[in-house]
Amino acid sequence: MRMLAALIAMLLSAPVLAQSALPPAPYANRQISDPAQERKAKALMETIRCLTCQSQSIADSDASLAGDMRSQIRERIMAGEEPEHIRAWLIERYGDWVSYEPTADPILWPLWGAPVLLIGLGLLVLRGRIRRKRS
Amino acid sequence: MKRLLIWLPLAIFLGFFALFASGLLKPDDRVITSKLVGKTLPAFSLPAAASDRPGLASTELATGKPRLLNIFASWCLPCAAEAPQLMALAQQGVNIDAIAIRDARADVDRFLARYGNPYARIGLDARSNVQIALGSSGVPESFVIDGKGRIVYQHVGDIRADDVPMILQRLKDAQ
Repeated sequence: MRMLAALIAMLLSAPVLAQSALPPAPYANRQISDPAQERKAKALMETIRCLTCQSQSIADSDASLAGDMRSQIRERIMAGEEPEHIRAWLIERYGDWVSYEPTADPILWPLWGAPVLLIGLGLLVLRGRIRRKRS
Repeated sequence: MKRLLIWLPLAIFLGFFALFASGLLKPDDRVITSKLVGKTLPAFSLPAAASDRPGLASTELATGKPRLLNIFASWCLPCAAEAPQLMALAQQGVNIDAIAIRDARADVDRFLARYGNPYARIGLDARSNVQIALGSSGVPESFVIDGKGRIVYQHVGDIRADDVPMILQRLKDAQ
């Protein structure tokens, strides 16, 4: 019974890691009025990782830092900055980690090479089978 | 050859199994360090976050002497837990400046009245812009800045009592 009461109390209590009481930044949850710019911003935000909720993109996260990052990205795109420039700026600060977009880094070469290798292997097997059938 | 090949799928399976098992058993590391460590602080200028302390600009952190830059917020619980350690560092003569993230002046005043004020200057970063420019991913975090305004060390999370000697050493090394 006591255990149950403790559990209920835990469920009802406010989250321990409370967030800021300030309202969200101006462009955190508001779209840019120019649809072309909003599309650019959205595409970038979907590939930037949230620093608080680490398996979400900042477009999906409700964390206050993600909201501030969305607002900053929208404001910079409205000022005419290119999305890839903003991405590079963020990577300079947080490392490749912050971007979901795969790069051509040497560590990723096996990843890019694997499909080519597997298709090549498949073709070899196929050739062997066809030859055996003919003979 | 064929006999050996028969074992290949099992070997691959065991390889993947070992990979996943080690991934599951390894303690989770979610600390994101700033890539600006070793580089000069980005330029910024922030208004005052508290009524009795001036605001903070990046130029004021390059004074020829090492300084500690603390990223905190009045709404952050670990920041309150860290306060006694910062007070101890200030008492030992460490220059500490701060940036308050997503905060309001009245809240910062209340926080400092309750937990003490070890800071010389406190800048208000209401929309986390400077926090993002610093490559900081949460509160609290502390940066050791050398006399030339270069970041030499980043401490992610609250400074515990047993971290204090290490922080003092980092500040000494930055001289």
